[in-house]
Parts: sequence; C-alpha cells; structure tokens
Amino acid sequence: MHGWCGKILRVNLGDQTTDELRLDPQIYARNLGGKGLAGELLFEHFQRRWDDPQMPLVLMTGPLNNTSSPTSGRMTVMSRSPLTGTICDASVGGKMGTMLKRAGYDGIILSGKSRSWSGLLISESGVSFTDATQLNGLGISDIHTHLQAAPGMGKAAHAMIGPAAEQGVRYAAIVFDGHYFAGRGGLGLVMAEKKLKYISVAGQQKTAVFDSEELKGAQEEIYRLVAASPILTGDLGISNYGTGALYDLMRSRRMMPTANFRQTYFEPSAAMNAAAYKKRYKTKKFGCAGCHILCKKVGAKGEIIPEFETMSHFSALIGNPDLDAVVEANRICNEAGMDTISAGVTLATYAEISGQELGPEKLLKLLADIAAGRGEGAALGQGSLHFATEAGCPEVAMVSKGMEFPAYDPRGAQGMALAYATSTRGGCHLRAYPISHEILRKPVATDRFSLSGKARIIKISEDMNAVVDSLTACKFLFFAASLEEYARALYAVTGMQTSAQQLLTIGERIYYRERIMNARNGFSAKDDDIPLRFFEQSGSSSETIQIAPVNRQEFLQERAAYYRIRGLDENGLPTAEKCAALGLSC
Amino acid sequence: MRCIGVIMLKLLNKYAQKLVVHGLCAQDSPLVGGVNDVVLWNRKDPRSAELERIITGLNINSMIFARPVEPFASILDYHCRNSESEFVPEDTETRTFLHSIPVARTLTATEIIPLLQKRTGCVIEGQGIICSGTVSPEQAFVVFSSIIFSAFVKFFVDFAYALHSGTADEEAKNMLPELLAAYDQFLPTSPATALETGPFSMPDEILQAMITAGQATVDARMVDSFFGNISYFANEHVYISQTGSSMDELASCIDACPLDNSASTGITASSELVAHRDIYLAGDQRAILHGHPKFSVIMSMLCFEHNCENRGKCHIRCNKQRFVDDIPIIPGEVGTGPRGLSHTLPPAVQGRRGAIVYGHGVFTVGKHDFCTPFANLAKIEKSCREAYLKLITESASLPRF
Repeated sequence: MHGWCGKILRVNLGDQTTDELRLDPQIYARNLGGKGLAGELLFEHFQRRWDDPQMPLVLMTGPLNNTSSPTSGRMTVMSRSPLTGTICDASVGGKMGTMLKRAGYDGIILSGKSRSWSGLLISESGVSFTDATQLNGLGISDIHTHLQAAPGMGKAAHAMIGPAAEQGVRYAAIVFDGHYFAGRGGLGLVMAEKKLKYISVAGQQKTAVFDSEELKGAQEEIYRLVAASPILTGDLGISNYGTGALYDLMRSRRMMPTANFRQTYFEPSAAMNAAAYKKRYKTKKFGCAGCHILCKKVGAKGEIIPEFETMSHFSALIGNPDLDAVVEANRICNEAGMDTISAGVTLATYAEISGQELGPEKLLKLLADIAAGRGEGAALGQGSLHFATEAGCPEVAMVSKGMEFPAYDPRGAQGMALAYATSTRGGCHLRAYPISHEILRKPVATDRFSLSGKARIIKISEDMNAVVDSLTACKFLFFAASLEEYARALYAVTGMQTSAQQLLTIGERIYYRERIMNARNGFSAKDDDIPLRFFEQSGSSSETIQIAPVNRQEFLQERAAYYRIRGLDENGLPTAEKCAALGLSC
Repeated sequence: MRCIGVIMLKLLNKYAQKLVVHGLCAQDSPLVGGVNDVVLWNRKDPRSAELERIITGLNINSMIFARPVEPFASILDYHCRNSESEFVPEDTETRTFLHSIPVARTLTATEIIPLLQKRTGCVIEGQGIICSGTVSPEQAFVVFSSIIFSAFVKFFVDFAYALHSGTADEEAKNMLPELLAAYDQFLPTSPATALETGPFSMPDEILQAMITAGQATVDARMVDSFFGNISYFANEHVYISQTGSSMDELASCIDACPLDNSASTGITASSELVAHRDIYLAGDQRAILHGHPKFSVIMSMLCFEHNCENRGKCHIRCNKQRFVDDIPIIPGEVGTGPRGLSHTLPPAVQGRRGAIVYGHGVFTVGKHDFCTPFANLAKIEKSCREAYLKLITESASLPRF
C-alpha cells in the first residue's frame, strides 16, 4: 500500500488490550482517511450515547500525512458530541498525524473505560498503558512538559486533556502538542469519560509514496498558488498576522458579533486588531508539521496569541476592550483545555441573561470557575444552550444544534446562515465556510447579502471540505489551491487515479453519512436552523453598509433547495434512494 | 423561488453579455447555465439538453459554453488538431491556474464529463470552449477568458520558435495573415473617456481615477477577465484593487492599505500589493497599472539564447538582461514567494516606464496619475507587436505584415 499504512490500532481501555484492524483497500479508497475513515468506523456505533464506554473515540490520519505534500500534518478526531449529541469531528494540527504514521498506524480507535486515569504510549515497538493519576489537575503546559520529559518521548507527539475535561465541561478540548486543539463539541470530555489522560506517539517509519516526481510536481503547483494568495502569504495575510488578520475585515464589513450577537460592530475593535497584538507582543510565527504558512503566533515572552475567533469573542462579543485580558482569557482556556468559541458565547449568554457587563476581572474569574467546575462556572461549563434553557430563555443562546456560533455574524454574510444551519456538528463555520467567497473573494466573490443560489454552493463546499478533512489537509490552503492540485498529490502518494470532481463525490458520500448518523439520533429540519434573532433584528449598519436581518422566507426556500440538492426529504432526512445511490445503508 | 431565480438569471445574463462586450464571442453565442436545485439558462438552445447531462454528472453550480470569435476560434481549432488529448501553454496563467487545456472532439456528456472532472474548462474542436464553476458563473467566465489568452499566446510563441528552428508547419504559416488581420480589432485603443489628471489626494478622487483607468484598460483589450491590477499611492496608503476583482468593476473593490500595516483590512488586496508598495517606497511614483497585453507576453517568452542553463525555468530565473526598447523583461512568479515578482519587479522599474514579467504581463508606472501608465501600457504592447512581426518576417521568407 502506498500512502496508507494499512493498519489501525484498536485499544480497549477497559481491559487494556490492543489489536490491529486491517481494512480492505477499497474502504480506504472510498473514505480516504481522516474524517471519512473515522466516520466509516463510527457508523455502526452511532446510536450509542457519547458516554457509553463502547462509543469509540477515533483518531485518524490521512494518506498525505508523513509525506512532502503541503500541509499534510493534520488529522481528525471524531466521536459523538457531549455538547450537541451530533456527530463531532475536529481537524487538528500539530504533529500527531505525522507521528502516528511514523509509528505505523493510520489511526487509533479507543473504546472502553479505564478504571483509573491512564496514559497510552505508542511506538513502533509496541503499545503500553501508564498510570496518569499524577497529572490530574495540572494545566496543559505542565502536562505537556511532563510528557516531553518521559524517556524517548521528547520528539513524540502528545494528545492530552486538561482540567476542564476532568470537571465535565461539555466543550472541553483535546490538546495536541500543547498548542493545537481538537476544540469543538467536547471531544476532550469523551476522552475524559474513558479516563484517558494522554496519548504519546513516537515513530520513525517512512510512508511509501507511489510516485515521488509526480508529488514534487503537485507540491510545486500548490506552493505556486499559495505564494499567489494574499490571504495566506501576502503582507497582511495569515502567515504574517495569524488568523487574527481577519479581525479588521469583520470590523470593516460590520459583521463582528458584538454583545451576544445583538450588534455587529464593536467600537474599540480598531485598537484590538492583529497589528496591535503584533506590536504589543512582538510576535513570531510557528505552526504544524509539514506546513510553511505557520499561522500560529507567539509573543516574545511566550504568550500564545489568540486565534481570530478568540480575539473576537473575548473582545466584541462580551464587550471587553482590554487586549491583555483577551490574551489572559485565551491562556486560561488553553491551560484548562477548553474551546474558546463555546466559552465566549456561553459567557455572552450569561451577560445578556444576567444583565451584567463582563469587565476583564469578571471575565477571567468566570473562565477560571468554568475550568475548575466551581460556583457559576459549573453551570456555564454545560454550554450556552443548557445555561439559557435552565434560565428559561433558550432563545438567547446563539447556537445551532446546541453548538455556539463562531465570530461571523450571518447577517453580514448570509450564506453563513445556511451553512450554520446545515452543519452536521452544529454552529460551525468550517463545514462550508462561505466567508471564503462572500468576504475573502475566493475562488471568486459572491453577493454576501443574498442567499440566492447559495444552497448548491454550500452543498459543494461541504463536500469539498469533507474531502480536505479526509486527506487530511489544511482548509486554509484552499483559499489558494483546489482539489485539482490535491487530486494530483493524492495520486502521486497513493497511485489512486482520481480527479477533483471524483473527490467531490467521495466528499458527498462522507457528508451524507453524517446526516444519516444524526438522523438516527433524532436530528431533522427542526434542528437545521439558527436563532430567530438573526431573522428579526438588524445588525449595526453604517451610512454605507446596511446589515439587515436575514429574510426568513428566503432562508427556508434555500434550505428546502439544499435538501433537494443533497437528496434529503422535506424534513431533512436521508432517503432510501439517495442512500442506495451512494452505497450507504439508510 | 421566483425572486431567487430572477437573481440567478441576472447573473447568467451578466456573464453572457460580458463575453460579448469583451469581444470574445458573438452576441448569439454564449450559453450560460446556473444551477441551484434546478438548471437555468440565459437563453434557449437545442444543445441545452446535452449540457444539462454534463451538469448532472458534475458537482458544479455554473457552466459556460460558447464559440469564440476570430482569430481565437481558429487558433483553438489549430491546437485541437495538433493535440492528442490536451495542450499545455507555458504562460503564467496556465502554469498557475489552468495547468493544461484538455481537448474534446464532440459535445457529448460521455466525452466532456471526464475532462471537466479533472479541469475546469476544455476546448471542443470546431465548437468552442466549455467551462464550469462551483461558486459563480464568474469562475467559468475567468476560465473561458484564460483559455483564449493562453491558447493565443501559445500559438504565436510556438510559431516564432518553429520558424527559428525551421520547423514551422505550412498550416500555421497559411493561417497567420488572417489571424493577424482578425486580431486588429483587439489592438489597444485610446480610452473612450479621458482619464483623470492628478496628482490626487482625496480618497474619492483616487478611487474614481482608478475606476476610470481600470475600465479603460479593459476597453483597450489590455487585460482579460479579472486579471491585472491597479494602485495609487497617497496619504501613506496604497489604494489597490482587490484580489480577483475585474478591472472594469472596481467600484467597492479597492482596498486602502496603510504603509505601516497597522490594519489588515487589505488582506483581500491584490496579490501584488507588496510589489506595488515597494515600487512606491523606492522612488517618487504614485500610480501603477498592470495589464496582460498579449504581444507583450508573447515577446517576453521568446528568447533564442543557445544552450541556456535556465531554459525551461525562464519564469523564475534569467541571467540575461533582456529588453523590448527600454522596457526590461524580468522573471518572477505571482505573489510574494521566494521566486515572486515582488522581489524582481521593484528594482526593474526604477527609473523606467515599466517592465514586462515573463509570461505574465506588463507593469507601468506614473508620477501623478494613470495617463502615463495607460499610454505606456499601450505603447509597450504596440512595440512588442511590431517586434514580433519583425522577428517572424526576418526568421523566414514571410511577407511583411
């Protein structure tokens, strides 16, 4: 086999046994890896509760990991979400994807539940279990330092959970190599439920490549496009400023979620942009294995500079004008191992319901309380919808399917309204990311204030991103490159003859399978929606930019069109006919 | 639904009309389809049924099928006759975006679907070009226009090299007079509306001057589809067209980027922002215009140096100092990469009217406004066309054109 290792490690944490799963090559070809292969392996388990010991937590690499294909350092983590009850996959960077392949595995399936907190060590020479009790209560950086100090593990990849997961926070993350988050949906809590504190992986194996010269050609094509992309490598792009480069754009387009999405413009934001962080913290760049863009930023004193979503939600969404407080809030979340988007929105929900303003002090205290599961933090750790429902006003929770929205107000980029609604893991921007064309003009610009024709665009983008997360590549690269170039890279690595459009068909099958899994757990059209606030209230318009509510009727028309295009029934449920066409059991 | 359908139809008609206005197709030629949950066309045509079969076989949202006007139609057919399954021009457009141009013999779903699964456009011998988009018909329009550009450049570049090596085929030689005659209508013209005279300092007048100059550059056929860019330097800001913006639709597509990078709003600015900025920082220029006039691109790709160690890498490396008149021809890829034109262009235009980037296009500069850059863009293209005709006339016993 080229590209894939051909074996997946199965770990039963209950009796601490392991074995190797070897799949038919056709299954690899139909699912690619990452999100696709993880979905295939979870399919039969999906009616299990997230906290059922037999509900697997899957870590899966892709065929491009551990090769010279650009941005091939990512991988997927997937299970069922404690926050939403939907399927939940996260694409994560760092070096775990590379290291797993070097250890000889395409992925890991974790099931069962350990009797006490344990760790898992994986290398070419074998798998062993450790007692991890001593790591309880430690912050992520201490845990990471401890894991790196283990003999022979200095250069290993490490996945870990922090105090938030131990305390039952439903948006607890799994943190890779100290800095890279499988952030959304509470996958960290799934790992905690299994009493698994960390996974360390080391290896040195090379991945067999089908045609190295062809891979070099594909690599050149992709690098050429990246160099031509102002968003990635331009002077003002992500390579220089991190994802925070988007902050000014959201401000200038008047679509920055402010005051729990009651407004879309935050006056102090002009002084809180990526340039301000760069100047104040004298930032340097770092990033994932196998990537030359290096989108992450660290300050001269080691401060981790927040990503765009964090910058926005810990400033505009909760009304905080203090730059240092944003950095500190980010640090608290990172150390606790919890998702900053859900934390930010949940705090904004709290502020709206309680009528309180969250100054820096209150903000930081509440975050620390969430991480520690104490006081009001215990309830806030259950997420925005749970908190608002308990308070008797679920409509205040800015969520879809129970997952909190990131920092793009759908009134300023209306394709986002449909994308949030149809996302299989809830209020997530990454499934279709219409911001790419509605705001960033890639591949070309579309009208951000219109839903016209967006159903098909959203569907195609979901399919495309399902492929990207299965390969497993970085979505940022697709501001520049396309599946055309990655089809060549995939052929070069695996020998699999394919094309951009054939890959989209694979993506369509992967995404449809997620709809089936959600439908089995009761999700339907009633869940493919966004809060009424976006249909009833305007955003913060200026003299030249009108931020009007999303037209409810147009939204429903376009959602109905989406169902027809995706081959779902009027209630958003899978059909036997489409399942048969895609070779899926309905 | 009706409202949404009307918006889609408007978009289809816009790009059908744009193909005509840009002089690429005759009025009754473009068939532009858009797909949401149903397929809509800009007009009725007996071939729509087959085109819809193609659409059904692909995950796309738009399609353009049209026969270009002369000389482009004949050039495309020539390439089809001389290619087994695809042809590969070597200009920047192809190298960066198209990669290769597939060739089909019939307009049938069976033949076209596999080609459009791999690439976003292909040529059908004797019938025209078919292109697709996944977000907007604008993508299909851009690919359509790029295929014409790249095929045109390839024909004339290949022909000059073939003449030089004594291998030019009779078919190409016989086609040449008619092709050149048909191309006369695409030669640069004076702007229909006078360009504003500068210097400018108020943002409104800067934007207006850029909008006028952008439109004039498209009208003068010195740039295709949404390629090319334009900028102006004032108030410690570079005002520059956005990435992927059409030069004839610049209203609300211009970013003001502060020199000190204190805001990243300009993340959507052209990929050549750094090159423009460094030109301004190195001298007293205030206006830059970048177009893709075809003969300038063709001449940039013609070098007859024997046994050159850089042969095949001219787009990124060249040891020679090459000129058309006083205009240097330089290597450099799009953007800011290590081999990017952001490194080669700024020093090359110092003290000059402009520069030609190999296989890519022309950059011209002005100290006050866009009048001089526009005039020089046209002059450089004229010089390059004359130089090309002289070159092929001298390379073979061809009649003077």
